[in-house]
Amino acid sequence: MSTRDWLLDDSPATLTQANLGRAWRMFTALMRNPLAVAGFLIILLLLATALFAPWIAPESPVGQNLQARLLPPTAEHWMGTDELGRDIFSRVVYGSRITLMIVALVAVISAPLGLIIGAVAGYFGGWVDRILMGLTDVFLSLPKLILALAFVAALGPGIENAIIAIAITAWPAYARIARAETLTFRNAEYIQAVRLVGGSHSRIIFRHVLPLCTSSMIVRVTLDMAGIILTAAGLGFLGLGAQPPLPEWGAMISRGRTFILDQWWVATMPGFAIILVSLGFCFLGDGLRDVLDPKQGGEK
Amino acid sequence: MATEASMAVRAGRGARGIGGFVVVTALTFLGLLAITFFIGRVVPIDPVLSVVGDRATQAQYDAARIAMGLDRPLLVQFFDYVWSVMQGDLGRSISTNRPVADDLLRVFPATLEMATLGIFFGVVLGVPAGVWAATRRGEWVDQVMRVFALLGYSVPAFWLGLVGLAVFYAGLGWVAGPGRLDIFYEGLVPARTNVMLIDAALAGDWDVFWNALSHLLLPASILGFFSLAFIARMTRSFMLDQLGQEFITTARVKGVPEWRVIWVHGFKPIRVPLITVIGLSYAALLEGSVMIETVFSWPGIGNYLTTALLNADMNAVLGATLVIGSVFILINKISDVLYRVLDPRSKA
Repeated sequence: MSTRDWLLDDSPATLTQANLGRAWRMFTALMRNPLAVAGFLIILLLLATALFAPWIAPESPVGQNLQARLLPPTAEHWMGTDELGRDIFSRVVYGSRITLMIVALVAVISAPLGLIIGAVAGYFGGWVDRILMGLTDVFLSLPKLILALAFVAALGPGIENAIIAIAITAWPAYARIARAETLTFRNAEYIQAVRLVGGSHSRIIFRHVLPLCTSSMIVRVTLDMAGIILTAAGLGFLGLGAQPPLPEWGAMISRGRTFILDQWWVATMPGFAIILVSLGFCFLGDGLRDVLDPKQGGEK
Repeated sequence: MATEASMAVRAGRGARGIGGFVVVTALTFLGLLAITFFIGRVVPIDPVLSVVGDRATQAQYDAARIAMGLDRPLLVQFFDYVWSVMQGDLGRSISTNRPVADDLLRVFPATLEMATLGIFFGVVLGVPAGVWAATRRGEWVDQVMRVFALLGYSVPAFWLGLVGLAVFYAGLGWVAGPGRLDIFYEGLVPARTNVMLIDAALAGDWDVFWNALSHLLLPASILGFFSLAFIARMTRSFMLDQLGQEFITTARVKGVPEWRVIWVHGFKPIRVPLITVIGLSYAALLEGSVMIETVFSWPGIGNYLTTALLNADMNAVLGATLVIGSVFILINKISDVLYRVLDPRSKA
């Protein structure tokens, strides 16, 4: 029996085999969608760049060389150099680490938060539901960027505070989804069965409700990634996110603003990196949605 | 930015009574006030210290604390805050040394002017583009539109603004640069509405009008690009739903010309959900204008907000947040109401 047959076995012997089989089917379905493949490759590229930054970048991201200031793109510095003579390509490469960190931390903070709040609201219903969803709705009805700006203003500029502020604005959408999903199977028979054998509320929520919400959550988080990257870059651009000399893409564009009319490459190059990575997450998210959640696609 | 899924939720919400609607809207505003209050008075580690500075003596510190009313219970402080906001008092800006409410009234028309022209571009180009993509589903037009729409979700607004300036202002010289007017046109027309185009037209000064338009064109079209992407995608999605219906097939079988099938039979039913989409994008434009205004030195509310942020001018930040948030909520609620009024199914 080949590995593939084992994965696609219709009567899996263990839970692991069933899960792996499901994952394999999803993966092959995803790989049939050209845009999703493109997105997947872009994200892989981002991961590889972040992981191997010291080997990919020809120069240090912070090392200055004032004799090589504002050089246009050439074979040696193919994205040019900035106002302190730093190689822009090297800074963009190292910047991928910051972007990846922001995206990962925001997802790790906001997705579980939204998931738990939504599941608790949907599971218990009544007053708990009304209060939690009222709070969620208020956050949802406010513009995200403005809210994040106000939070950073109060917390003070810096990359950690930017991450916290973005996470605070990101969770409500996840809470809505988790609640909607929870409502559909709150009264399902297998949940009642767990209740009958004496499963506590927290056991039911964590072991039986939350796992069922994860697939739609993964789709939504992936689709939101582009927005998160743009907000983080925006905060960096305004000087409220990552601080110099960190090679954050938004902050780099902000530095290049002064030179945009004569040395266009300083501001434009990091922008291409932002667009590429955001597009990658959009493509992948679109593909994931078609595979995991066909009813939501609206593309029929 | 709202997704198709949340649109479906919004569209699916049934008719609610007027009373319930008012209560929900009021509660949402109260929630907004709670958030700004929380950000302003609770999040900063010590609001007193940020006013008196760290060299103040203990006596000065205590006096400032009592003067700011921070010794009272949090709930009392909150109601106090709500009361003063309801009277139009948003505090004083430490950078302009004027009441924040006056500042906001002065800068808001500039933002409105830009966002309105932006949404105009978005609707005029986005709706036909979406319909076109829907009728050519799967063909190259559709694919191009799809990539174009995804670009709208992936390109940073401030970056596009800078590139636009470099290309169309510095490179080609087609449009004017940052700001609202060239320096020698400043102050020529009386500021009646603070919407430059209207003021210039009222004064009959067409030189100023064309100059203002030339300054407005680039930021407004960049802003419009983002709503175009969203509107086109939503129009396509609504239109596809309609074109798959049986009455469309019936119309085609009866020999109705194709343009009529699309623009009358197909398009008519989606006008109502489109209004909601346009309302949402208009609100999103107000948000997007923060970045664009900063890049184009456009003296609107976004620029006011970012300037205040950099000066740690908390009253101004919270005032601007409150105003943008309120407009956001208001537009959302109005498009909800319009939906209910215009959709014949909800009149049952």
